[in-house]
Amino acid sequence: MTPQPSPQRAFGGSRAFPFAPPLPLFVLRPILKRIVTKIAAENPDMFDRLGPHRHAYFLIDPVNMPFMLYLRPDPDALDFRAVSRNNQLPHVACISGTFLDLLTLMDAEQDGDALFFSRDLVVTGDTEAVVCLRNALDDVDEPIAESVADMFGAPGRMALNALRRAAETAQKRKGADQ
Amino acid sequence: MSAELTLGPNLFHWPTEMKLDFYNRIADESPVGTVYLGEVICSKRTPFFEKHLDAVADRLERAGKNVVFCSLSEVVIKRERNLLREWAEQEGRDLEVNNTAALLYLKNKPHRIGGLLNVYNEETMAYLAGQGATHFSLLPELPRAAIVNLGSRAKTLGVGLEVQVFGRASLALSARCYHARAHERTKDNCQFVCEEDLDGMTLSTMDDEPFLAINGIQTLSYRYLDLMADMEDMKSIGVTHFRVTPHTCDMVAVTKMFDDVLHGRVTVEEGEARLRELGIDAPFANGFYRGQAGDAWVNEPISA
Amino acid sequence: MIKPELICPAGTPAGLRTAVDVGADAVYCGFQNATNARNFTGLNFTPEEMEKSVAYAHERGTKVLVTLNTFPPAGKFDLWKEAVDTCARIGVDAIIVADISVADYACRTYPDLRIHLSVQAAASSPEAIEYYVREFGVKRVVLPRIMTVSEIKGLVEEIPCEVETFIFGNHGLMVEGRCSLTNYVTGISTNMDGACSPAACVKYERDAADNMSTKLCGYTIDRFAPDETAGYPTICKGRYRAQCREGGYYAFEEPISLNASNMLPDLVKAGVHAFKIEGRQRSRAYVKKVVGAFREAVDSIMAGEEPKLADLVALTEGQKQTEGALKTKKWR
Repeated sequence: MTPQPSPQRAFGGSRAFPFAPPLPLFVLRPILKRIVTKIAAENPDMFDRLGPHRHAYFLIDPVNMPFMLYLRPDPDALDFRAVSRNNQLPHVACISGTFLDLLTLMDAEQDGDALFFSRDLVVTGDTEAVVCLRNALDDVDEPIAESVADMFGAPGRMALNALRRAAETAQKRKGADQ
Repeated sequence: MSAELTLGPNLFHWPTEMKLDFYNRIADESPVGTVYLGEVICSKRTPFFEKHLDAVADRLERAGKNVVFCSLSEVVIKRERNLLREWAEQEGRDLEVNNTAALLYLKNKPHRIGGLLNVYNEETMAYLAGQGATHFSLLPELPRAAIVNLGSRAKTLGVGLEVQVFGRASLALSARCYHARAHERTKDNCQFVCEEDLDGMTLSTMDDEPFLAINGIQTLSYRYLDLMADMEDMKSIGVTHFRVTPHTCDMVAVTKMFDDVLHGRVTVEEGEARLRELGIDAPFANGFYRGQAGDAWVNEPISA
Repeated sequence: MIKPELICPAGTPAGLRTAVDVGADAVYCGFQNATNARNFTGLNFTPEEMEKSVAYAHERGTKVLVTLNTFPPAGKFDLWKEAVDTCARIGVDAIIVADISVADYACRTYPDLRIHLSVQAAASSPEAIEYYVREFGVKRVVLPRIMTVSEIKGLVEEIPCEVETFIFGNHGLMVEGRCSLTNYVTGISTNMDGACSPAACVKYERDAADNMSTKLCGYTIDRFAPDETAGYPTICKGRYRAQCREGGYYAFEEPISLNASNMLPDLVKAGVHAFKIEGRQRSRAYVKKVVGAFREAVDSIMAGEEPKLADLVALTEGQKQTEGALKTKKWR
């Protein structure tokens, strides 16, 4: 997979991100599939925590990206794909935030409640399903973002580092505004 | 099995004259068998009625009522601790405990457990009965499924079991006075603003939907409990006493209605209809007993 | 001078390992059922996870305290009994209880099992605490968040057991263990079912102007303008209207967190035996930052140095913090 950074688009200073559009969404499908399959295989206990919510479809909305993510964390029928913003797919809940916030949240680097208090994270739909997904992911020991980046070798790690730096800069800027 | 109607403690801060009139009327006209007296909510209110307590109690007793003195529910500062100690050490009165601290003093002395103390199960009930508790008034949130078990253990232990069947349900207690807070005062400088709301101060949601009622440090339901239709069922599972709590509506009428239904002199339908003619300014609820949200009103009788 | 233990929250086994690794003296956690007051989906420990976690903690010299701090409803006592049995079997360092029946069962059946009195027992006076010590041999009491430092000092001197105080996290003035607000609205009881504002009953609604309404089973318990920070969806942290007020106001409590970091030296001097950090429902990120910061602070104080504290305000509810009742009684 060759990263295709888009020079003309800059969202959150994350232009080095390998999945950046105008990559057609179907190209993302095998990558995303690999990511969830890996996490699922290495963390089978996570699904016990999800209980009945494992059959639910979640819409994850990185607000500064041109696409959304569609997730069913069901070990028997895993589904994780990028979908167009115009696509009205059925879902029990939607989680929106910047791509970086969502990434660091998944990685247990940021606290979900803190993002919610600051209104950087918005949850609609079945709140319990979202809280449950959050709790289940929080019990995953490995840093998910790290291992995803590792899957793409050196370019992946570079991209992740660039994202982190961008996040820190954004945080500092926010701090200075207050 | 005998069933008795009781009048719970007055939770609100009524002017002294109004309270005296109220209890005189209860003594003369109400069919209740037991009257609970004493300030349960706020230690700052106690001086207002303290000097009249014995006279009111005597008056009620002369009218054939059994009188019980209730303790404070929140005991934190030195003054409250002293009040509680004096209360627990008084002789010759039936006492109802609403704070665990009182249990320290009452071991092996007969006493009642109030509806603000946490007794959720038969094991706790048995433990307390073993230390002198003779009568248990239950928390409003207990569902029938739990009361069944409490009822059968109460029978074995030979203790009384009481459930609130009318009035706003106590939902929460706090260290902070919410009446004072609403008026941007502190508890120490409250100027007894709670006196303005004789049935509690209504809190509405941001959509103007009436929701809760504030009474100093206590939060009550906006809706009034009405378990008139369930009293027969309660009797069958071991409830022996049925508590109505004082409000500004015609309490003589309320106690008469509940007593009439309790003893089968009028039907539930007629009793319920009469209760609704009193003009109480809030809807009724019976959800807790059914294991549903406390604010729910369910028309259907409970199924065992 | 006693070195207070740092008592840290864990919602999952990974959270527990994080707390242990960043220097908790003890971790508190609960089972995946109604026996604890944070009975939320996806959170907490199975008995097997608890056993493994206790082993992990003990290997590193950290204690595990298990919260059994709810009130068994009549007819369901066995669930709490089994939980006490499990705790005794796997060798937890203490159980944190609120109900008389649970305390009684534990102290009769396992006289060597250490009992801590939960804040849910609402023991807010020396007399109430003494009652639990006399009856059940309680070794430590977790104090409600309503006392000033000088009151705590007086209490430490007066009562025959250890004292644990909250130093960070949820700040509530409702008497814990004496609240059925959630049950009034949802049919789920905080005391019996272990959940306050269960997520299944919470809905967030956004209007066209981007205001966010928090709804609990249909009741609007708060509404936030786009630029306002939010709080937990609990009834006691919501905004309401009253006749004596213009517009909505926080009738009970603002969304704000307790942060006692500046009071730590005074609390150490007062003789407090343990400092508790609230937040079993929070993430590992929270545990890592908060526990890490307080570990350093406590160690500095004990070494006679000025404690340096990381800025924790971002992790606080409503992004606001208070020293709560520790400093003054004015809030009453």
